[in-house]
Amino acid sequence: MRNKREVPEINAGSMADIAFLLLIFFLVTVTMDVDTGITRKLPPPVLDEQSIDFNQRNIFEVLVNSANMLMVEGKEGNLATLKQETKTFFLNPNNDPNLPEKKLERVELIGDVYISKGVISLKNDRGTSYEMYIKVQNELTRAFQEMRDELSTEKFGTKYDKLVDPKKQEAVQSVIPLAISEAEPEDIGKTK
Amino acid sequence: MPKISTASLPDIVFILLCFFMVSTTMRETTLIVKIRLPNATEVQKLERKSLVSFIYIGQPIKGTYGTESRIQLNDQFATVDDIQAFVATEREARDEADRRLITTSIKADRDTRMGIISDIKQELRKAGAFKINYSSRKASSHKK
Repeated sequence: MRNKREVPEINAGSMADIAFLLLIFFLVTVTMDVDTGITRKLPPPVLDEQSIDFNQRNIFEVLVNSANMLMVEGKEGNLATLKQETKTFFLNPNNDPNLPEKKLERVELIGDVYISKGVISLKNDRGTSYEMYIKVQNELTRAFQEMRDELSTEKFGTKYDKLVDPKKQEAVQSVIPLAISEAEPEDIGKTK
Repeated sequence: MPKISTASLPDIVFILLCFFMVSTTMRETTLIVKIRLPNATEVQKLERKSLVSFIYIGQPIKGTYGTESRIQLNDQFATVDDIQAFVATEREARDEADRRLITTSIKADRDTRMGIISDIKQELRKAGAFKINYSSRKASSHKK
């Protein structure tokens, strides 16, 4: 039995407009912020107080005090020169006896290469501002990034970031490890 | 001229809408501390957002809570002692296979003193959360 009365068709022409409005609402409200930052790996906690003795020549001391002033290797430092100083220290191009020792090692894909034993020791005060700390970390990261880029360009012809093969990345990493050590916190100056 | 049928237009737009709803993550925590991130040039992107847990540090937005830097975990104020429990719950919430990939992102205001951050780092070390990320904004070029 057929119904005589026709069901009137609902006009769906405005559906598109409604959906567009919804879409625009989402586009506006949603924040597509990408989280970026400086990545670090914390060392596992030391169980006993004994510390590994480093040869003094292998340590590059960076201190930041509560007034956000920099001390590099016992002298007053400067953020602008920190990167270069870090690089010269770590690479020790002239085999200076006061700069870190180097060990000849065979690394896969790169071959025989001198690996520096240098370690950057970063120490900050409880009163140091976070902004300054990040600036110092940033400069140190930049130094290591540039050293890796240089090595990578020399050996593989591309920058470190552009290396596709993870094995090559590992090789570069093992020649230039991110040797930044953070001392156990110390309260040198007055915090407040 | 024949009329072009626009009947499928709503569907196309709805698919777009669904894509946006799925792909974007809504920020589920409302900040109760003021955070102005520091700038850095050597930043890396945080790869998998579902494997990141956040610790916020900054001055409380509401003046009644004082001006001392406070830690915010999830939606409330916390102290340094709460961090180990926080790390444990965060770890519990993730898949077994992904647990060692969890990154802890420290989102701190640029005027925060390092004391509180050092304390947090010590707690994270004790809790076994070694992968951390100092959240900072990418500065377009290096300024002298």
